[in-house]
Amino acid sequence: MEYFGIIIGAIFVSNIVLAQFLGICPFLGVSGKVSTSVGMSGAVLFVMTLATLVTWLIYVYVLVPLGITFLQTISFILVIAALVQMVEIILKKVSPPLYQALGIFLPLITTNCAVLGVALLTQSKNYDLLEAIVFAVANAIGFGLAMILFSGLREHLNLMMVPKGMRGVPIALVTAGILAMAFMGFAGMV
Amino acid sequence: MNQWKNFTKGFIKENAVFVLLLGLCPTLAVTSSAINGLGMGLATTFVLVASNMVVTSVKSFIPDKVRIPSFIVIIASFVTIVELVMQAYTPALFDTLGIFIPLIVVNCLVLGRAEGFASKQSFLSSMIDGLGMGLGFTFALTLLGSVREMLGNGSIFDVKFATGDAILIFILQPGAFIVLGYLIALINKLRKTT
Repeated sequence: MEYFGIIIGAIFVSNIVLAQFLGICPFLGVSGKVSTSVGMSGAVLFVMTLATLVTWLIYVYVLVPLGITFLQTISFILVIAALVQMVEIILKKVSPPLYQALGIFLPLITTNCAVLGVALLTQSKNYDLLEAIVFAVANAIGFGLAMILFSGLREHLNLMMVPKGMRGVPIALVTAGILAMAFMGFAGMV
Repeated sequence: MNQWKNFTKGFIKENAVFVLLLGLCPTLAVTSSAINGLGMGLATTFVLVASNMVVTSVKSFIPDKVRIPSFIVIIASFVTIVELVMQAYTPALFDTLGIFIPLIVVNCLVLGRAEGFASKQSFLSSMIDGLGMGLGFTFALTLLGSVREMLGNGSIFDVKFATGDAILIFILQPGAFIVLGYLIALINKLRKTT
């Protein structure tokens, strides 16, 4: 039941993009087409789960015993950067088709604040290992949901008559605002 | 290079938020009031100036292949300093900004200036560039925070000027997106006419 709460909470109630404002750059940057958003979401799911797992282990077994938890920002970002690089190399060798699908999105993920954000949030919520992984997967799904919904809306927006001054980013932001308003309807569910 | 132009470009012409669309996560998340926007902006400015200064000083010692990870380490060190200082001296602001203080590390603006400007230019230019871009970012955040606070709470910098109910939606999450959308449209219009 508590896992269910974490999942619903992370996907709908406090959606990582629309309620917590993490990962806005890819949300606005690569949401032009549904197909690219699916690719990006897949890459985020992969990296976010791995990164949360690894940073959780590092925090509990390295930083806490040594009493250097104030170094968490530096160590987490280095771990994530190294991890992304490693995933890229391994995917290239092991599964070329998957690399083809996710490859171009991987370098972008290092500076995706959603990944570091989830790693840090997991620590502040004191989750155990299994809860942390559930939390990471649910957040990645929430990211994917927001991303794919938004890119679907943007594909339609391209066909609409938008006032000249609002074309491009401004209308996209207003659309995101209305989408965020819709997600507010989930508030109080958990 | 004309240092005055270098300094002022960050405000309107190459404003990080309104024109380059960099660093939008903290922009949207912490601007529920003018004072939060100002605090976040100044914290980012400090990191930006300090990291630009260090990056430009060590640029000739860093091999090209590892420059991005090295820049990230430099930036992360300054972010940790800001984190500890804010925790000690402004605990209330530290609690409101929360996770977005450590997330300055992945603010694309900071890494973008390190990679795109400081790794190529002289010490003085880099410092001024950091200061200009940082203050431009602060200006954008404070502006967005002020508009949201005025509409959503009837106050500015915590000084109440209207009584009765305000439009609460503007200090909630959807308001951030909508106000920023309209501000960008407005700035686009201003940039075209000048």
